[in-house]
Amino acid sequence: MGGEKVYWNEPIETMGRAQMEELQTTRLRETVKRVYQQVPFYRSKMQAQGLLPEDIVRLEDIQKLPFIIKQDMRDNYPYGLFAVPLSEIVRIHASSGTTGKPTVVGYTKRDLGIWAEVMARAYSYSGATKKSCIQIAYGYGLFTGGLGAHYGAELLGASVIPISTGNTARQIMLMKDFGTTVLACTPSYALFIAETIVEMGMDLSEFSLKAGIFGAEPWSDNMRREIETRLGIKALDIYGLSEIIGPGVACDCLCQNGLHISEDHFYPEIINPVTGEVMPEGEKGELVITTITKEGMPLVRYRTHDLTMLNRDVCDCGRTLIRMGKILGRSDDMLIIRGVNVFPSQVESVLLSIGNTSPHYQLIVEREDNLDILTVMVEVNEEMFSDEVRGLEELEHKIKAALSSVLQISAKVRLVNPKSLERSEGKAKRVIDNRKI
Amino acid sequence: MIVRQISVFLENRQGTLAKALSVLHDNGVNLRAMTVADTADFGIMRIVVNEPEKVEKILQAADYAVKITPVLALKVEDAPGELMNKVQELADGGISVEYVYAFATADPDGARVVFKVDKLEQAYKILIGKNIVNSDDSNENYW
Repeated sequence: MGGEKVYWNEPIETMGRAQMEELQTTRLRETVKRVYQQVPFYRSKMQAQGLLPEDIVRLEDIQKLPFIIKQDMRDNYPYGLFAVPLSEIVRIHASSGTTGKPTVVGYTKRDLGIWAEVMARAYSYSGATKKSCIQIAYGYGLFTGGLGAHYGAELLGASVIPISTGNTARQIMLMKDFGTTVLACTPSYALFIAETIVEMGMDLSEFSLKAGIFGAEPWSDNMRREIETRLGIKALDIYGLSEIIGPGVACDCLCQNGLHISEDHFYPEIINPVTGEVMPEGEKGELVITTITKEGMPLVRYRTHDLTMLNRDVCDCGRTLIRMGKILGRSDDMLIIRGVNVFPSQVESVLLSIGNTSPHYQLIVEREDNLDILTVMVEVNEEMFSDEVRGLEELEHKIKAALSSVLQISAKVRLVNPKSLERSEGKAKRVIDNRKI
Repeated sequence: MIVRQISVFLENRQGTLAKALSVLHDNGVNLRAMTVADTADFGIMRIVVNEPEKVEKILQAADYAVKITPVLALKVEDAPGELMNKVQELADGGISVEYVYAFATADPDGARVVFKVDKLEQAYKILIGKNIVNSDDSNENYW
């Protein structure tokens, strides 16, 4: 990086453990006090446990506080968990929800600044600077990916190409002509781009690409190696979730030995997903995050359902920020398909809305040409069965249209014989994930 | 005459038809007529049998999605124009034919043709009026 600034925010990124914990303690206490005063949901939950904000003195006291889960966000739809009046909210994002109601998040001006800050850090972990040219191929819109990646890249001072998703041939043309050095998109799309470059008969030497910031879906180290070989770049994993802020909660550095969590804003814990108890450092469990600086919608002990582990050792890159491992799986039945959260219960609600009874169904997820394909197998019952081909095809199309409107991604629909779908101990097996990630 | 045809949902993959037929065979069911309509993903097997209610239960017990549909079954003489005349009568009477299939029988009188129509009762009346079918020709098990 020859003379370039290595760190984006050196005091924070290299802060000593004791000092970081002091900062976190102060911010946690402020957050707990604020949500107790401003958000009836937190106040009543704390009161139910006989807790007052003053009971949270040390960092470990966080374990006394109850968890918050995604259902709580749905129950308080749309603005019930906001800790500021709507007049202070300057941006609203939303993610798909199981019953058609999305999960809503609101940001104050200061929240957006924090988001851009943590995203700028993430880019800088890849070696990106203001001289970089960053192509953002995440979707722009209610989804946090596009705009989150965008403002972080602008804060870094890089030249930003807000191309959003789709039109791969054009992505590749601009990537070459504009001299893109950093690509931000989902890892599966990165691989798809790599393949399309080959199909278009282009050579990697025509490109200036150096690194990729890939996230919004789980991927493996094998996939990382494949992307790195095919695109000739460093592929970094970025982690985030809209409930917490969006992309930028944590990101790989060039050491690729764990994702640095911006723990000055997001305090992580690992719990046993069954008992809810905090696990000893280094053990695998469910990631729980508390936002300790957010104003619009602070979340205290949000259960991400993502399984990982934490490591507080100083990284070879010199950063002291705590690292989380790659996501190892989920502690619930949520699937991430093409960056979109999909719950089997969403499929069930669609099938229920079409017939009077919900037939047995199964979700099959596969990865073809590096793109996730969702097929919904539906057992034909007497009520749905039509003597005419046209009738059954209409039913297929109706299910397909309803699924794509609820799930926000397209799915194939396959009608199958009654009782032909696998059941284990009488309980239907809802999901078969054949993706090799 | 009006017969109660059985429609069976079949997935379009190797062996599904053979399996359905073996279920019928194992239960001693004799097929009078049969056709399969298919798409890339699935097919609908349509059969005509004696005692359709009994066969419906046999298939349901073997986990098939089954539906009984009343259809027209007409005798067609072995001569040019015989089928055309009948279809023309239905068309003139404002009847839409949704699907049709033909099959031979051991009966020297000729072939049988099955019509699924949109207005069954009306179609039946037209055919009786034109002496194409006899109103007493109503024994399903006749053929």
